Amino acid sequence: MVHWSAEEKQLITSVWGKVSVEQCGAEALARLLIVYPWTQRFFSDFGNLSSPTAIIGNPRVRAHGKKVLTSFGEAIKNLDNLKSTYSKLSELHCDKLHVDPENFRLLGDILVIVLAAHFGKDFTPACQATWQKLVGVVAHALARKYH
Amino acid sequence: MVLSPADKSNVKAVFGKIGGQAEEYGADALERMFATYPQTKTYFPHFDLGKGSAQVKGHGKKVAAALVEAVNNIDDLAGALSKLSDLHAQKLRVDPVNFKLLGQCFLVVVATRNPSLLTAEVHASLDKFLCAVGTVLTAKYR
Repeated sequence: MVHWSAEEKQLITSVWGKVSVEQCGAEALARLLIVYPWTQRFFSDFGNLSSPTAIIGNPRVRAHGKKVLTSFGEAIKNLDNLKSTYSKLSELHCDKLHVDPENFRLLGDILVIVLAAHFGKDFTPACQATWQKLVGVVAHALARKYH
Repeated sequence: MVLSPADKSNVKAVFGKIGGQAEEYGADALERMFATYPQTKTYFPHFDLGKGSAQVKGHGKKVAAALVEAVNNIDDLAGALSKLSDLHAQKLRVDPVNFKLLGQCFLVVVATRNPSLLTAEVHASLDKFLCAVGTVLTAKYR
């Protein structure tokens, strides 16, 4: 089980409290599709993904980004129980969605950058370290049921 | 992975904006890398890695200077970084995975210090550039 110090928990909840899940989620997913265009392979039915502008404005991208980040919020509420929190989602991503777990790591890195841009200097090295740990742990939990 | 003319232009714009602060960006990126990925500290047992370390600042300056040199010779990264590539292959032998980690931290530094500069397109270009630099630096490893 992953151990979270009191400081880490504080850094997670204080950042999360100031995040717009809708905006941040939309931005993170859009950037994933723009910075790593091969990730678009999972979204062929999302309509127009032909340019960064199209991706950023795409309502399905925005909605799905919000969905993904809302789920991330569940992780934050269950930091001491991530394995079971994400058990079903892990099975889903393996059996139905067929998503390479590497994509979870890519999205995690993008999320950290989106947060960094949002919080500026307040996104201290300690803050970054905590959040990189969190995205890594979430990625691991999502990959756990793969077979 | 090839840098398009747009990528090159985006990267030059970023470094043009960063200007003389590149050294600070370099030091900041290293500090973040050591904090976020403690395994990277294993390459610096001879350094004081405490907060505000003069050695980390000095090394950040070196790393930044190399990136600036790469940007100024963006059409020939292999040529511009050839000596550094030799150094990393023969002497330093930093595992290739670590270049991605430093790259991530550099992107975070740009994001924290210059969020408006890091549009999605610029983010993509800068990420590609940093990957390309890492590739060149590890090209002669075997």
